[in-house]
Amino acid sequence: MLIETRRLAKIYRMGDTEVQALAGVSVDIDRGEFVAVTGPSGSGKSTFMNLLGCLDRPSAGEYRLGGTAVSDMDGDQLAQTRNRHIGFVFQHFNLLPRTSAVENVALPLIYAGIPRKERVAKALRMLERVGLADRAHHHPAQLSGGQQQRVAIARALVTEPLLILADEPTGALDTRTSLEVMALFQELNRQGMTLVLVTHEPDVARFARRALRFRDGRLE
Amino acid sequence: MKLGALLVIALRALATNKMRSALTMLGIVIGVAAVIVMIAVGAGAQARVEEQIRALGSNLLLITPGTRTQSGVRLPGSSQALTEEDAAAINQEITDAVAAPALRGGAQVVAGNANWATQIYGTTPEYLQVREWALLAGRGFTPVEMSRAGKVCILGSTVARELFADSDPLDQVIRIKRVPFTIIGVLETKGQSLMGTDQDDIIIVPISSARNRVLGRPTQARSTAVSTIWVKVAEGYDTKVAEEEVRNLLRQRHRLQPGTEDDFFLRNLAEVMAAQEASSRVLALLLAAVASVSLLVGGIGIMNIMLVSVTERTREIGLRMAVGARTRDILGQFLVEAVTLSLIGGLVGVALGIGGAMAIATFAGWRVELSPHAIGLAVGFAFAIGVFFGFYPARKAARLNPVEALRFE
Repeated sequence: MLIETRRLAKIYRMGDTEVQALAGVSVDIDRGEFVAVTGPSGSGKSTFMNLLGCLDRPSAGEYRLGGTAVSDMDGDQLAQTRNRHIGFVFQHFNLLPRTSAVENVALPLIYAGIPRKERVAKALRMLERVGLADRAHHHPAQLSGGQQQRVAIARALVTEPLLILADEPTGALDTRTSLEVMALFQELNRQGMTLVLVTHEPDVARFARRALRFRDGRLE
Repeated sequence: MKLGALLVIALRALATNKMRSALTMLGIVIGVAAVIVMIAVGAGAQARVEEQIRALGSNLLLITPGTRTQSGVRLPGSSQALTEEDAAAINQEITDAVAAPALRGGAQVVAGNANWATQIYGTTPEYLQVREWALLAGRGFTPVEMSRAGKVCILGSTVARELFADSDPLDQVIRIKRVPFTIIGVLETKGQSLMGTDQDDIIIVPISSARNRVLGRPTQARSTAVSTIWVKVAEGYDTKVAEEEVRNLLRQRHRLQPGTEDDFFLRNLAEVMAAQEASSRVLALLLAAVASVSLLVGGIGIMNIMLVSVTERTREIGLRMAVGARTRDILGQFLVEAVTLSLIGGLVGVALGIGGAMAIATFAGWRVELSPHAIGLAVGFAFAIGVFFGFYPARKAARLNPVEALRFE
C-alpha cells in the first residue's frame, strides 16, 4: 500500500469551540491508483488532503506513506517528505510571478539540494513531458491558464514523487482547458503515477477510477 | 540550502521592487555615510590635538613669575622671583626633570635687504631638549657661548624663510637690534601652537646674550630674572609628583613660609593636554553615536519593508513550504534578503561617506581622518543591523503554517 490511514482525525480549535474537521478516516490507496476525493464544502476533504500532503499533522490516528509513519515526523522531516515524495497541483497554480516556467518547475529541486545545471535539465524534460518545451522561458503572465496549470503539473512531477495531490486543479479553468488538463492527468496515471484529486465537480471526478466521498468529516 | 542560491532568490526579490528596495537602502546608506563622515571628522579633530601636543612636547611643566605687590597694587607676571638659578637648581635637585630658563622679547631683525619682526628667545641648550625640537642644520650653543654671551643664534624655520628665502642662512650674519649675530643653526618646522601662533617665528640666542645684548634694560643688568622656566619630566615619570617636587623646591629657594601664596605660577601642560585630548575624544564618540542613531532608523526601515514583503508573499512562502522548503530555508531566504539590503546600502554608504569626508576636507578645510577601521566598523554595523532587524520578519515568515499560507488571499 502506498497510503494507509487509520482513524485519521483532525480537530480545529477556534476560540472556545472545537470543530471536528475529520472524524476517523481509514483509507488504503495503492500505487498507480487514480482516486477522486469529493464531497460538499466543509465535508473534510480539504483537511484530508492537507494531511495526505504532509502539510498538516493529524490530531489523532495514523498515516503511513510508502510504509513510513508520517504522524510521528517533525517539521523538517515533513518538509523533506513533501519535497521527495509528493507533488502538489493547486487550483490557482501558485507559480512564482516574474519567474520563467523552467525556473518555476525547478523550484522543488532547489530544496532537494540539486545543482543548478541538473535542475534546469530536469525541469526542461518535465516541461517537454507536459507539452510546453517551447514555453520554457515565458513568465506565468505570458501563459494561458491551461498552460500555467501544465507548468504547475511539471513542477509536481520534477522530483519524481510517489504521488501527486491535485486540489481542485480545474477550478480556475474553462471547460475545454479543464478537459485537456484532466487528459494529461489520465496520461500520467497510465504511465504509473499515483494521483489523488480533490474536486467537487462530478464531471472531473469521473476521470478517476475510484471515488472517496466525504460528508461531515467521514467517508460515506 | 546553499548561500549562493539564497542570494540569487534575494537579489531577484529585491529587483522585483527596485524603487522600494532603493528607498529602504537609503536609510542605511545615509546612516553608514553619516557614521563614516562623523568618525572621520572626530578622528581628524583628535589627530590635530594630538599633533599639537606632540609639537609642544610631552610631559611639560611651565613656570612663570607670580604677582608682585607694589604700593598695594598687584602686578601679575611682573615678579622678579624666577631666576636662572631656580632652573639650575631644578636640574640639579630633581633627577627626573630637565629645566630650561627663558627670557623672551620682540625685536626687529635685519639680514642684508630683508628685515623681519620676530620673537627673541634667550635660553639654554636644554631648551631644545625640553621642547623635543631638532636642528635641521648647524649646531647648538657651546658652553663658552653660553657663559660669554656669544653673538650666535639659531633661527626658526619661518624666520629663515622670511630672511633668506632659498639661500643657506648658516654662518650668515643678521642684526638683532643692530647687534650682529652669526647664525649657527636652523630649527625643524614645528607648526602651530595650541593657541594658533606660529612657533617657528622665533630666534633663539644664549640667555646671557639676550639679557646683555638684546632685551636687557639697564636696571636689570645684574638681575638673573627670567620670564619662563620650561621643565620636561622624564618619560614614564608622574608629572604630578614632579610638579609637587618643583613647587616645594621653588618655595624653599624663595623662602616662602608655609601658608603663604606661591610667588610663581606652575602649570602642568600634560594635564591640560590630557583634558583637551579627552574632550576631543568624547566629542568624536558623541558624533559617531548620533550618526549611529540614523543607522538604527535605517534598520527599522528594513524591518518595516521586510514585514510588508512577508505579508505580500505569504502564498509564495506557502508554496515554497509545500514543495519542500524547511523552516530554516524560509528563515534564511528572508534573512539573506534583509542583509543584502543592508549590505548593499552599507557599501553605497561607504562610497558616499568617503566622498563626503573628502568634500568636507576640501571645502570646509577641516582635517578629516578616514580610517579603514571605521569603514569596516560601519559596514559591520550595517550587516549586524540587517541580521537584527531582518530576523523578526524572517522568523514570522518561517513560522507560517503552510496550509494557511497557501490559502492566503
